[in-house]
Amino acid sequence: MLPTENKAAQSITQVISASSLGTLIEWYDFYIFGSLAVIIGQQLFPSDAGASALINTLAIFAAGFIVRPFGALVFGRLGDLIGRKYTFLLTLVLMGGSTFLIGLIPSYSSIGYAAPILVLILRLVQGLALGGEYGGAATYVAEHAPAGKRGYYTSWIQTTATLGLFLSLGVIVLTKNLLGAGTFADWGWRIPFLVSILLVGVSIYIRMKMHESPVFTKLKAEGKVSANPLKESFQKRANFKMVLLALFGATMGQGVVWYTGQFYAQSFLENTCKLDFNESRYILLWAILFATPFFVIFGSWSDKVGRKWIMLTGMALGVLFYRPIYQYFLDATNVREMEATQLLSTSEPVVERVLIKDTKDSLITTTVTKTLRNGMTYKESGIVTITDDVLAPVPAPQTQIRDITLSGSTYLMVIALVFFQVLLVTMVYGPIAAFLVELFPTQIRYTSMSLPYHIGNGVFGGLVPFIATLVSSFSGSTPLSGLWYPIGIAALSLVIGAVYIDNRIDRTVTD
Amino acid sequence: MKGLKKLLGLLWMILGPVIILFLFIQANDKISAAAAGFARTNTALQWSIIILIFIPICAGLVIFGFYAWKGEYDDLPDSSGDL
Repeated sequence: MLPTENKAAQSITQVISASSLGTLIEWYDFYIFGSLAVIIGQQLFPSDAGASALINTLAIFAAGFIVRPFGALVFGRLGDLIGRKYTFLLTLVLMGGSTFLIGLIPSYSSIGYAAPILVLILRLVQGLALGGEYGGAATYVAEHAPAGKRGYYTSWIQTTATLGLFLSLGVIVLTKNLLGAGTFADWGWRIPFLVSILLVGVSIYIRMKMHESPVFTKLKAEGKVSANPLKESFQKRANFKMVLLALFGATMGQGVVWYTGQFYAQSFLENTCKLDFNESRYILLWAILFATPFFVIFGSWSDKVGRKWIMLTGMALGVLFYRPIYQYFLDATNVREMEATQLLSTSEPVVERVLIKDTKDSLITTTVTKTLRNGMTYKESGIVTITDDVLAPVPAPQTQIRDITLSGSTYLMVIALVFFQVLLVTMVYGPIAAFLVELFPTQIRYTSMSLPYHIGNGVFGGLVPFIATLVSSFSGSTPLSGLWYPIGIAALSLVIGAVYIDNRIDRTVTD
Repeated sequence: MKGLKKLLGLLWMILGPVIILFLFIQANDKISAAAAGFARTNTALQWSIIILIFIPICAGLVIFGFYAWKGEYDDLPDSSGDL
């Protein structure tokens, strides 16, 4: 390799590292809130609201997604006016700063309703910052990358969402194990939030040393920077129609495939299939671990065969296979049906009696652990409420299955099926940054690509768990009904993408 | 293909208002079915958010359909510089 080539290669590596590290930290910040939603609900929301505390927290989580398109507008505009480097430096500081501050909010018992209000404000800042981050990172890397490797280089950024998830789970598990579950629930949950400031500090240091994108620098030197990127992006018909095409033909489908594979799958296994908490997480982690390299493989492949059909194939496979996959999950965890022929042993019952606060009533839970011949285990709990009225008949216990652990072959099959879903994520997500960057001219690129990306991911994707759960609550629905939302959206995006999008690769992004 | 693009444009124009109408009907059903008090307020809040988010998106779908029907997507630019 020639010295100049070596220098160029080193330079692009630094560019990717700086962009990816920042994006990874942003995703870390975003995920820890989701992972710790239950604890935050208990600590920072009114305790007498019961389940509503969690609902409120999740609503705020959704708000974090919903404001992302607005962040895309605000920071996209800034990025096209003052440059990529300083804008996505700012988003990083806002994201990290707000995460750190969430870790410092006193509990509801100390400051009352100020606690949830502060959480809401900081969550909105997080969402806004995240809305500005990705567009900056993708544009920055793409504008440094050579023409034939734009998909390959930008696909490294896509791995950061996955790595951020890994990092957040790792820090949470480590903190929980070091402090113990009780201390973690009391105050230890704040540590993952506070740790983020160290990561942000490192990332800021690295990003400060980077130079502005050469394409933007040239544009600025020539005095061609857009005076009003928002107006040019959305009022200029030629550009606005491409924004709409990017949203409905690509990012909308990409968003639902991503959130179905990486979030809904775990939620379904845990809540609908009643899989053990740790088991469902391990399944997702293994699947993500094996699938992550495919972001780069599909990104790189898109440089050769074009972006369109790789992304659309991912959507098509999702449309075709989501229902059979989730049906398998249901069948594989239907222990009630297996019990008749497979029951091997039942443990001694464990009885717990809990007094219900401010009453003389008690809640009695009787739990037995059952083992099947195929190696699966699960807990069966009978719950009964005893009132202080001794003459009242004791009601029949309500039984429920929980904490299922799978046998070897079923466990591997479930990992394989979640892996397949994450593989589809890599197909739709790997080439998308290059696709979006190539769709818009330099003057308004940051603004134009950020909005469809964040509506697709934040709104269509981010609302998958919420809307799928909502659809499942409709009368006559089945546990699989919730899948109609991602299937419908992916199918719509597939048709629009197949009919309207070109499979071209724009050779230059300097225009 | 150009004919299909135009024809589908009509579908997207119709789909936008149909989705919003569907959401309003569902919202009405769910809010009515919710128990009075906190549960009803919560349900109304959730549906209001969903409808508020999807109104501009569906408006975008109608505009997209209109552009498609007018033949704006018949020939896409060769590069972003042509925009």
